[in-house]
Amino acid sequence: MEYDVVIIGGGPSGLSTAIKLKQLDPNLNVCLLEKASEIGAHILSGNVFETRALDELIPNWKELNSPIKTKVTKEKFLFLGKTKSLSWPTWLLPSVQQNHKNYIISLANLCRWLAEQAENLGVEIFPGFPASEILYNEDGSVKGVATQDMGIDKDGNKKDSFEPGIELLGKVTVFAEGCRGHLGKQLIEKFELNKGKDPQQYGIGFKEIWEIEDKNHQEGLVMHTAGWPLDNSTYGGSFMYHAENKQVFVGYVIGLDYKNPHLSPYDEFQRFKTHPAIKKIIEGGKRISYGARALIEGGFQSLPKMFMPGALLVGCDAGTLNMPKIKGSHTAMKSGIIAAETINEHLKENKDLSIYEDKFKNSWLYKELYEARNVKPSFSWGLILGIIFTGIDQILFRGKLPFTLKYKHADHETLKPANEMPKIDYPKYDNVITFDKTSSVYLTGTNHADNQPVHLKLKDPDLPINYTLEKFDEPAQRYCPAGVYEVQKENNVNKFVINSQNCIHCKTCDIKEPSQNITWVTPEGSGGPRYGNM
Amino acid sequence: MKILVAVKRVIDYNVQIRVKEDGTGVVTDNVKMSTNPPDDNAIEEAVKIKEAGKATEVVAITVGEEKAQETVRKALAVGADRGIHVKVDGILEPLAVSKILQKIVDKEKPDLVFMGKQAIDDDCNQTGQMLSALLNWPQATFASKIEVKDNKLEVTREIDEGLETIEINFPAIVTCDLRLNEPRYASLPNIMKAKKKPIEEIPASDLGVDVSPRLEQLKVEEPPKRKAGIKVANVAELVQKLKNEAKVI
Ligand SMILES: Cc1cc2nc3c(=O)[nH]c(=O)nc-3n(C[C@H](O)[C@H](O)[C@H](O)COP(=O)(O)OP(=O)(O)OC[C@H]3O[C@@H](n4cnc5c(N)ncnc54)[C@H](O)[C@@H]3O)c2cc1C
Ligand SMILES: Cc1cc2nc3c(=O)[nH]c(=O)nc-3n(C[C@H](O)[C@H](O)[C@H](O)COP(=O)(O)OP(=O)(O)OC[C@H]3O[C@@H](n4cnc5c(N)ncnc54)[C@H](O)[C@@H]3O)c2cc1C
Ligand code: SF4
Repeated sequence: MEYDVVIIGGGPSGLSTAIKLKQLDPNLNVCLLEKASEIGAHILSGNVFETRALDELIPNWKELNSPIKTKVTKEKFLFLGKTKSLSWPTWLLPSVQQNHKNYIISLANLCRWLAEQAENLGVEIFPGFPASEILYNEDGSVKGVATQDMGIDKDGNKKDSFEPGIELLGKVTVFAEGCRGHLGKQLIEKFELNKGKDPQQYGIGFKEIWEIEDKNHQEGLVMHTAGWPLDNSTYGGSFMYHAENKQVFVGYVIGLDYKNPHLSPYDEFQRFKTHPAIKKIIEGGKRISYGARALIEGGFQSLPKMFMPGALLVGCDAGTLNMPKIKGSHTAMKSGIIAAETINEHLKENKDLSIYEDKFKNSWLYKELYEARNVKPSFSWGLILGIIFTGIDQILFRGKLPFTLKYKHADHETLKPANEMPKIDYPKYDNVITFDKTSSVYLTGTNHADNQPVHLKLKDPDLPINYTLEKFDEPAQRYCPAGVYEVQKENNVNKFVINSQNCIHCKTCDIKEPSQNITWVTPEGSGGPRYGNM
Repeated sequence: MKILVAVKRVIDYNVQIRVKEDGTGVVTDNVKMSTNPPDDNAIEEAVKIKEAGKATEVVAITVGEEKAQETVRKALAVGADRGIHVKVDGILEPLAVSKILQKIVDKEKPDLVFMGKQAIDDDCNQTGQMLSALLNWPQATFASKIEVKDNKLEVTREIDEGLETIEINFPAIVTCDLRLNEPRYASLPNIMKAKKKPIEEIPASDLGVDVSPRLEQLKVEEPPKRKAGIKVANVAELVQKLKNEAKVI
């Protein structure tokens, strides 16, 4: 099937691209593919939302019953010690970390609403159809994508229900898959889009939604923490957003450049909730949702070139997240808007797609990412020095210091051998505040149709046991937030087991596996989590 | 021959159901909805019969709120020819649905009505049977195999004792079991084509059916939490526990 523009991914970036395209020219044929069973079902985000890009895209969003209701009314920042906490005055926070103009929202619900707006404008949205393959023209330019075949059994044979994938061809194809897009990754490699850039940086983010007691709930309160349970050298922190309907969004983000293979991001998050300052808020409440997703944190230094013949990258598929703000939604949307303007001029006036870069450089998005660039790398010196530097960089110089700090390593290179690093003894789950992975994954509504090929591909199937177990105590058992990877002993022989049906599509394994031995590919359509208001 | 297939919009079977705090029902806001699984089997069977040249038209019908139309659209994408959406807001009980279906049957005059054996939301397992009574048509429930013979159906039913095979005359009602077939995927081109197939919208009030609930719902609550399981060392211990503690063997 042929379209003017084919968009891969129904997150804020892809949907904004689609909407802007139709606003610029209602006659354009635009389609959007989404791997989730419905728009929003694979979206997981904090989310404190800055409306800047939305104000530009849909200025009258307030009149259109958008799910943006809870204004941020109060902010707190805590340093956590093991049992104590120290409140940091918010006026001493860099302005990028101040949120008084922002809203607490569910990004998944915002995407559902954006999808309605897009459909009203005539965008064809196809949920349940992952793009699994990039198609190229003879001259090497991107021609479009093919969707995943449906009805293949686990050995690769066609079932009775087999339905072949479809080729979707676009004059321009826009990749909006979010952090660590599996096609975006291939494009970056093929077209060497990251040439001369620093290695990309990632984090893993967890989120739970709790319904809490009235007395503990303050709608509009935004709270962040740093410190315990992470040590000084591990980058990370928590968020807690008091949303409508007595819900709080509790989450934790940990940099995937952590060094200790014994570290379990999931267990750090569970443990964090037992801190007295946190526990007192959720105690007596009920956990109703769980999920996890990788974030792309490299920012300015790691941002690849975002155009190539026939295609553009937008949002977190490229890496437009602003790390000191921990916000990527408004920047993803802005990149989508710019991409749409580029495509419109490309189609009408035959301008080269490289004008995307010029437009980007002249936008507030570029300025924002530039000014934020030194914050995350400074934390490689540890939490304390990172904070001091960030204070100087962000408050005194507002990001205008005349140098740019570099990232030296990709996240899969940072693990130290297991026998050189301390083991971590995580407390047992109490099933009140902390929970095991199995009951957590249960809340995600995750399912993959059974009898399909495993969508987590091992380049070398023996490596996990022969090398990674020996050297790193197979960290996949711990970094996967859904318990997909297990090392089981059978008759005294170790076996690497992949429970792919539990995968919540966070992409962490694809990023952190020390030998890059695991590749995440798209499973059959509609597979994966069924997140509600995440 | 014409087949009418009833499809219902329910909470997706993978979703963790959550009871509203005030006990008035379950949370449906921002929850993934899908077609009731056995209704997919019903559509699949009707389409297969048509593909085998034994039926000429498959009509999908849903009764419910605005968004319920998605289920009809999905049925059209897997091969139904046209759709009917009877619009009703609020609580719908099986009796009301079967009365509405009766009116539609009077109008459409199908030879067969296919439905799911039960809906996974309230598990009533009543609508097909009630419709059969209202129309005074024969019924075959829990069908796991259907064979069309001229003006007759041979239906294999899933019953407690095993399988039962019965023969019924047209016109008839069949409620379908999950084992009946494997529903096909809706392909992209077929989803596109489905957008152009007609769906007739009928307000329930036009049918003159009283849809007001006959049951009073007192309270909805979660089932009691199950105790955590334990690990047993061997089969002997398992048998011992089943015998002495659980007292089930
Ligand atoms: C824990 C956490 C907290 C966050 N907090 C905030 C916050 O408070 N404020 C803020 O502004 N931002 C926050 N972010 C960042 C924000 O969520 C992202 O920056 C934003 O979602 C990026 O949008 P996107 O459209 O680029 O990608 P995504 O939102 O990731 O959307 C990508 C979509 O594409 C689909 N897709 C991927 N691959 C394919 C394929 N091959 N075929 C079809 N579909 C595909 C995915 O299923 C998904 O729906 C947070 C992120 C995390 C993880
Ligand atoms: C939406 C939907 C609605 C349905 N509605 C109905 C219905 O109304 N009526 C009906 O009869 N069926 C219904 N089913 C079908 C029914 O749920 C399944 O077909 C049935 O449960 C399958 O049982 P099984 O034992 O064959 O297989 P499984 O589903 O694999 O059941 C496995 C059972 O064994 C246990 N088990 C698994 N591994 C082990 C182990 N290693 N040791 C000990 N125990 C283990 C599991 O806990 C589970 O209880 C429905 C299914 C779906 C998806
Ligand atoms: S298998 Fe990989 S992508 Fe899936 S949940 Fe685990 S770490 Fe995330």
